[in-house]
Parts: sequence; C-alpha cells; structure tokens
Amino acid sequence: MLLTTFLRTIPVSLEQGLAYALVALGIVISFRILSFPDLTVDGSFPLGAAVAARLITEGVPPIWSVAAAVAAGFIAGCGTGYLNTKLKINSLLSGILMMTILYSVNLRIMGRSNIQLLTVETLMTPLENMQVSRFIPMITFFFLVAVAVKILTDLFLHTQIGFAMRATGDNEQMIRSLGVNTDNITVFGLGLSNAYVALSGALVAQAQGFADVGMGIGMIVAGLASIIIGESIMGVRKGSSSMIKLTAAAIVGSILYKFIIALGLRLGLAPTDLKMATGVMVILALGIPALRKEKEGKLHLRGV
Amino acid sequence: MLRFEQVKKIFKKGTIDEKVAVDGISLHVKHGDFLTVIGSNGAGKTTLLNLVAGIYVPDEGNIFIDGGCVNSLPEHRRAGYLGRIFQDPLMGTAASMTIEENLAMADLRGRKRGLGRGINPARRKHYRESLAMLDLGLEQRLKDSVSLLSGGQRQSLTLLMATLSMPKVLLLDEHTAALDPKTAQKVMELTARIINENALTTIMVTHNMQQAIRYGNRMVMLHEGRVKFDVRGLEKQALTVEEVVRRFGSELKDEALLC
Repeated sequence: MLLTTFLRTIPVSLEQGLAYALVALGIVISFRILSFPDLTVDGSFPLGAAVAARLITEGVPPIWSVAAAVAAGFIAGCGTGYLNTKLKINSLLSGILMMTILYSVNLRIMGRSNIQLLTVETLMTPLENMQVSRFIPMITFFFLVAVAVKILTDLFLHTQIGFAMRATGDNEQMIRSLGVNTDNITVFGLGLSNAYVALSGALVAQAQGFADVGMGIGMIVAGLASIIIGESIMGVRKGSSSMIKLTAAAIVGSILYKFIIALGLRLGLAPTDLKMATGVMVILALGIPALRKEKEGKLHLRGV
Repeated sequence: MLRFEQVKKIFKKGTIDEKVAVDGISLHVKHGDFLTVIGSNGAGKTTLLNLVAGIYVPDEGNIFIDGGCVNSLPEHRRAGYLGRIFQDPLMGTAASMTIEENLAMADLRGRKRGLGRGINPARRKHYRESLAMLDLGLEQRLKDSVSLLSGGQRQSLTLLMATLSMPKVLLLDEHTAALDPKTAQKVMELTARIINENALTTIMVTHNMQQAIRYGNRMVMLHEGRVKFDVRGLEKQALTVEEVVRRFGSELKDEALLC
C-alpha cells in the first residue's frame, strides 16, 4: 500500500520537479553565485506565465511567446538590480518592490486574474497528442530543457564574465579592484536569473493549461528549499565545490522537493498547508546548523 | 609617475564629527620609486592609498597617474594602472574559486572581459612558473579552492595576482601586518624581490618602522594628514629607528610603530 503510494508519486514529481528546476537554477545564480537575496522570483514567475499566455491567446506562435516571456523576466531582474546598485536600495527591499510592482503588471498583461490555455495551441499540444501516457513526452521535454539550461549555465560560469560574476558574489572589493564594474555584473546576473524563472513560468502555464496571477506566491521559498535539499544530498560544500555540481544539485533538489511534497499530499497533508510545510523545511535546514553552533551553514548574502 | 597636488580629503564634512584625513598633501612619486609610508593611527596613510585607488574622490586638489588626472575615474576604471594588496589576507582573493581561476582573473586586470574561456590554457605554464617562485608548493595545486590556503599562502597569491599584469603603481596597505612574524618576513622578502626585479613603482603603507626603514628608496612620515618627514636616497639608507624616535618620538604615540 505504502509502496504503491510511493511509486505513484514518482512520475508526477519528476515532471513537476523538472519543470520547476529552472526556478532553482535561477535562484542558484542570485543566491549562490551573486550572494544576492533576490525576491523578484515571486513576481517574475507569474510574469513569464502571463506574457506567454496573453501572447498565445492573441495568436502569437508559442515559441515566440516563450521568448518574449524570457525577455520580460530578464528586464524585471535587471530592474531589481538597478534599484539596488544605482538607487542604493537594500537588496531585499529591491526585490520586494519589484515583486509588488510585477503583481499589478501581471494583471495588466493578462487583463484579468487568469487565462486558460486548454483550448488553444501551445508548445505542449503536440506532446499531449502523442499516443502514449502524458508523462513520458512531458518528462522528456522538461528534462531536455532543464539539462540544456544547466549546461549553458555551466559554460557561462566558466567564461571571463562568468568568473567575474562568481567573484562579485564572493569578494566584490577584489574583483572591482581588478577592473570589473560589479554593478553591471549584478544587474546582468539578476536579469539572467529572472529570465530562467520566467521561462519556467511560461512553460509551467502551458503544461498545466492556465496562467494565474497568484501562481508565484511562495516560489522563492520553494526554490530555496529545492537547492538546500539538492546541496545536502549531493554534498555540495560552500566554497569548494564545482559549478557543475552546484547546478546539478539545483535540478536534483527540485525533483526531490516535489517528491516530498507529492508524498506529503498522498499521506494526507492539506494542499493549503504546503507553503507552511515548505517554510518550516527551509527554517530547519537553515536553522539547525546555527543551533549546532556551526558557522559554515550560514548563508553569506550581500546587503542584508 | 604618480603625483599628488594639494590633495585634501575631509570625512563627514560640515558635521561636528568632521575629520580632515588628508590635509593638502603634495607628493611626487617617480617611476621606479619604492616609497614607504609610516605614521600613527589616523595619520591618513590608508586614506592616501584609497585616494589613489579611487575608493575616495579628493575634496580638493588633483591626483595624476602617468601625467593624466584620475580624479574622475571610478575605481574599476583605474584597475589597469594599479595593483593593490590589503592588510586582510582574505580581501585579495575569491575564496570559493580555484588558484588558477583567481590568477586568470588577475591576468585580465583592467581589460575588457567577454564570453571567451575564463582560463586561457596557454597561460597555465606561466601560472605554474610564477607560483613555483613563491616556493610554497602551490604550483601543484592549481585546481584547489583558495579557501583551503593559509593566510600567508593567500597573501602570497595576492601578491602574485597584483603583479601578474605589471601595474603602473603597486599599492601595499600593511600587507604583512596580519601574518605571523615568520610568514610576514617571508612575504615581505618576496614582495621586495618582485618589486626590484620588475622596477615597480610602489607605495607601501606600514606600521612597522623597521620595515619602512629597511625597504624602499624613500620614506614619508605622515602626521595628522600632512607630510611630516620625507627622506630619500643615501640619507634614507643611513636612517635608523633610534634616530626617527629621537626626532619624532613625541608624535609617534603608536606603540606598534616603535617595535
């Protein structure tokens, strides 16, 4: 009985986990690479969904709609970076401001609080029309997208600009004294991070058949939970693990997180309690090292 | 090479906490000069370096590097001219990155960065040779994270990074003060060797008078934001700690300076 429950949750958590893996990868860039606690994510996820859904229903080809969603996410992230670096607003507050602004923007874009996509042709329509269980093409699709983005990220983090971005999060003073404009790097990095998140939003909206203005609530906490789970399972150590392992941990963590959630639901957890459960999960993960008086478990973040 | 003209820097201007950190200093450091700067706490030594580096903009006066006024150049745009080492060994390197990644970043000092590979494999041999010169065995550990190194090793690596692309001016800000005496001595000797071999124009701020007298061809003593004493050449070579104490003892309240 328990085993079948266990097995039944696997395909759904694989699909969900891979679909949301891009959010975790985005958070790796902001929180882990740039050490920037970016809360824009709660707004840029529905932004991607809103832009894609509106454009698709207006008759724009799905692939271009997704591209527009990614661009919108990039701009939103750059906005947060601009607030922080040029207007000198605290990093947490910059993200909260942008997230709040995006709530109105998303409603403007959609014209109402949600748009259904079940009756229109989306990127997922050909996958859903295949003569196999829905899970197989979906999981394959999201797997390919997540892995492609992961590999591109890995390559980027080993370029000259990628090095500069990692150093910006690690030791801003040092890389600035080597001639890097760390403000620009921060703005660009946050843009990139939120572009990933918006891509995830655009794809998730099409997979679930609707975009909703509230679909981003709690996204940052869920994403953080994912990367924390992934990092502890894969043994990522702060400061000495490779970038390839760090991005892999985000994807693995995202799948495991969705698996834990799915299992919780099967075992009787109310869907309304999910955000609380996730929050508690993050508190435990971040808090236990502090209670044990370990120093290294502490998150190193700028501007907090 | 490096010229200060009536440079003045005031902190918290217009408040009751107003502090004149640098009070109209004029100084001309020539090409290849190795200038040591001493002075007690609050004399304006570090402010002077920060003015050169562009962290502070002077309230009055001008700073010239190589004949060009750099007053309006932001910190990151001056990087091509300057190499800098801080007192804190943690400040000069990115701990979560590897030794070779740190060196590769320093290699691009002041140059435009693009989407090319972060590490140029052709430079690895040069990195290895440079690291071997430190005599710390780091040449075998190119792919090790810098967080695994000791303070002295990190400061030596910073020294290498600061001089890898031959800056016009090298700024040393009490760079051996946080190290244990033995390591400090080693890092200092290495510093002097690199400076001499490459005839680098250098400003070294130090709290240690022995060090200030022993190294360099010119010494400046700052007091309350002004140049109190400026000695060079043969006169500098003949200088002893006792003589400086005899002449300026009343102003050198700082215990550390005298040891």
